[in-house]
Amino acid sequence: MRYSTRLRIGPVGFRVGSDWRAPIEQLDRLYRDYPRPDDGIADFNVRLFAARPWRRFVRPAVMIGGDYTIPDALPLPLNLGLLAAEMGMNLQMALAQRRYLLLHASAVERDGKALVMTGVSGAGKSTLATLLMARGWRFMGDEFALLDPETGLIHGFPRLVSLKNESVGVVERLMPDARFGPLLPGTPKGDIRHVVPDARAIAAMDAPAKPALILFPRFGFASEDRPVLPSEIFVRLTQASTNYVAMAERGFDALTALVQSVPARAIDYPDTEAAVALVERLWGELA
Amino acid sequence: MTKGDQRYRYARVPLPTLRIVPLDAMTLIYHRASGQTHVVASPVPELIEVLDEMPCDVATLLARLGEHFDLGDPDAAALAARLDELADVGLAVRA
Repeated sequence: MRYSTRLRIGPVGFRVGSDWRAPIEQLDRLYRDYPRPDDGIADFNVRLFAARPWRRFVRPAVMIGGDYTIPDALPLPLNLGLLAAEMGMNLQMALAQRRYLLLHASAVERDGKALVMTGVSGAGKSTLATLLMARGWRFMGDEFALLDPETGLIHGFPRLVSLKNESVGVVERLMPDARFGPLLPGTPKGDIRHVVPDARAIAAMDAPAKPALILFPRFGFASEDRPVLPSEIFVRLTQASTNYVAMAERGFDALTALVQSVPARAIDYPDTEAAVALVERLWGELA
Repeated sequence: MTKGDQRYRYARVPLPTLRIVPLDAMTLIYHRASGQTHVVASPVPELIEVLDEMPCDVATLLARLGEHFDLGDPDAAALAARLDELADVGLAVRA
């Protein structure tokens, strides 16, 4: 491809190629402190390409391709090229990752132990993980937590944090010195702005952590927490895992071990301060 | 014979083909032959427990269940229906 870059996020190496310069420049700027893939060999390829040659120039529209594709995916306008690259990397993970069981969750670490937060889009996974990072937790990722079937440990996947809508302003005020990507307005999920995880998150991205607490956050309700039965954790995590079926018995064994050994709570929170207080209390009691 | 017919005989699938993990009110069963995960509640684990490698008729299985569990209202037709459901997803053998 005309333009390309390589980068590694946690244990996964990517090569991203593009028909346009801009998305690659943005990736290089935001991922400049990340390592390259081990031995220079990428696990997955992402391609950002024009559907027709003239669409490189005329109303440029970015198709997302790579080793694995979704046939009917709609292209994104070029000003959302960074989002297309991020979606492309997520897509390869979602469709092709076989080494780790993918948990659709954010994760942070403290004292070698991981807090895993999972829930539907908008529940506050990314925002909570970012708030906790700003308070000294090590950020492990806001989209995928990688469960290693061999060890039961969580590996981080600390790609750029994808902030959406109200959380953009919250994090801009909280971390004014952080490196932000461009504001991407009008995406299918509303306004998105990426922020680079802090230096510690990047430096320690290869260190796995023992899962110690699973939270199911829900934004917009009075502070409350309730226990979650292992069978409910299992069902919710399998529903949110794109490679559970492909992982077959290794996935089953890894997940049954996780839900039997790690406490879980569903938490409701009305605002970010309440959320952090709730997380700290539960972490102190259970982790 | 049609499904639910109590003249069917039922056997258990070879136990090494299943991974059974009781969690709480629910039990997880991984079916190695299909790669499917089943999340089941009582009486499925109990039924799998009383099935034998030798096919048995419904009356025998009902009697065996009664020895192990308090059935309250033993119902052979309901048992046959449950066993058929298990056989349909590969967790029991219908003979």
